[in-house]
Amino acid sequence: MTAYALETKSVIKTYQSDSGTIYAVDDVSLQVAAGEFVALVGPSGSGKTTMLSMLAALLQPSSGQILLDGQDLAGTDDLQRVTMRREKIGFTFQANNLVPYLSAVENVELMLRLNNKLDKAGKLRARELLARLGLGERLHNLPGQMSGGQQQRVAIARALIHNPSLVLADEPTASLDTERAYQVVETFAGLIHEQQRAGIMVTHDLRMCEYVDRVLQMQDGKLVRIYSTHDEIMELVRGGRH
Amino acid sequence: MNQLLSISGYLAVKEVWRNRGRFLLVSLVIALITLLVLFIAALGEGLGNGNREYISKLDAELIVYQAKSDFLIAASRLGRDRLAAVRRVTGVADAGMFGAASANLVLPSDVEPLKVALLGVEPGHVGEPQVLEGQQLSTDLAQEVIIDSNTAYRSGIGVGDTLTIRVTQGTRDELFDLRVVGVADGQQYSLQPSIFAPFYTWDRIRPKSEAEVNSSNPVANVVLVKLEDPAQIEAVSQRLAEQVDNVEAATLKDAIQALPGYSAQQSTLNTQGGFTLFIGILVIGGFFQIQILQKVAQIGVLKAIGTANPVVAASSVIQIMVVTVVGVAIGALLAFLFSLTFPPTVPIVFNGTTSLLAVVALLLIGPLGGLVSIRYAVRIEPLKALGLSS
Repeated sequence: MTAYALETKSVIKTYQSDSGTIYAVDDVSLQVAAGEFVALVGPSGSGKTTMLSMLAALLQPSSGQILLDGQDLAGTDDLQRVTMRREKIGFTFQANNLVPYLSAVENVELMLRLNNKLDKAGKLRARELLARLGLGERLHNLPGQMSGGQQQRVAIARALIHNPSLVLADEPTASLDTERAYQVVETFAGLIHEQQRAGIMVTHDLRMCEYVDRVLQMQDGKLVRIYSTHDEIMELVRGGRH
Repeated sequence: MNQLLSISGYLAVKEVWRNRGRFLLVSLVIALITLLVLFIAALGEGLGNGNREYISKLDAELIVYQAKSDFLIAASRLGRDRLAAVRRVTGVADAGMFGAASANLVLPSDVEPLKVALLGVEPGHVGEPQVLEGQQLSTDLAQEVIIDSNTAYRSGIGVGDTLTIRVTQGTRDELFDLRVVGVADGQQYSLQPSIFAPFYTWDRIRPKSEAEVNSSNPVANVVLVKLEDPAQIEAVSQRLAEQVDNVEAATLKDAIQALPGYSAQQSTLNTQGGFTLFIGILVIGGFFQIQILQKVAQIGVLKAIGTANPVVAASSVIQIMVVTVVGVAIGALLAFLFSLTFPPTVPIVFNGTTSLLAVVALLLIGPLGGLVSIRYAVRIEPLKALGLSS
């Protein structure tokens, strides 16, 4: 039995083009434990977004295994993947994160509604989570009435409210200024650790790696380096600052 | 299923409510389409009714015409000998002469004369309308008439009054005074208010050509036939054709269809109604398609976080239904309020069945118009919608 919340084994994703087979992700094996926050970094075209899409059960790998709580995502049908996304995965995106006609608290409660788990305790938890994220006064604001940073924090609350095993963040700081970006990632990392979720953040901004436990670097579809120690990560962060 | 309806209903209602101005605008467009469709249906019903009213209310099953008259009442000529022959046919319970002509009803000097249908019927026989007020006609030669309620409304003439009819006989205008003995409800003929005179009186006062003026042989247009057993309509019709010279019989339904202009008028109005519904489908379809195109990313997010396709589709259907129902309700209410302002002389009739059919058709055009957008919403790929595809 696996000790990891998420484990991939030799995952490959290929596309056919006029020039032949393109390996968008090439033989990537990684593990993320519960309570661990990992950054997936790499230049544009390195395969990190494709990897994230497969981990999010939005895309099927060409070969290999993606084990989430021991269940292989690669062997599931559309309906099972929808269920996995709803029950076991939390997701924040770069932009357009929230449903525009639902208020902050309704956006968070939506995950509980989809899972048929919206009860009094769930409603209370949604409000507490938003309050912890500094949005206690913004519960009933619509996304259009909130700043980009506030919207990202609502998205983080939505990604965590239903107690998923895996939380994925795709460039969560892309549309934020530096100060807000640090706040969002710090809060995100804190909640991942506290709630013992496996968290993966795709980012091109190496400065944001300050709050993660490990950094996985991809290039040309391959996992080329893993930064595991604090010193290694801080050196990478300092490189990002320059 | 409950869970699906609960979530899709929640999403649909929230979106409609939070964007109520935009959705209300579409509902108002649907309301206007509803108003138009209902008025076209009511106009069709009103015109059709004005055309066929007398015939459709006849207590008869068959109308006997002169052979080869193409079931046109005005083109048919039948003498009294044919009436006698028709009455002798087995299965015929009653038969009555019926003649139709036009005349002017003379009104007080400062008012235009009213064009009326001057109809000849046999007192006590099939064809004589039942009066709501006053008495039935007494004899074939009496100088009296029954008028329909529309004639009474337009002329202000009532039971006990004497009316004056002006007709042209030969080359001379003749005036005839007749006493009104009864008022019958809803007996228009060829969209004209009607006056029913005893058959021989009618034959004397009707418009005539020079050749007819001195003729003493009364001629009707058709003979109205009531059967002993309405189920024997085919058999009696056959016997009439065999036993009475130079006649052909039509059911009331066929006779109505043969009324001059009736079928063309109804098909024109039905086509207009159909096109209006079609425009409604395009309007609703266009609106929801544009709306779906505007929220591709939003639907992508919903799908990415685990919203199943049936929820997305049901949500769209519920939205379309809400918008359509609200629009149809507003339109129907407006149509009802407008209908209260029309005088009875305007040929608009909000018949329950016709209006209900129009409303059902209008309620169906919503989902029909939205089909394309629903299909599009279901096919949105979250990866592409979120810009995650390579």
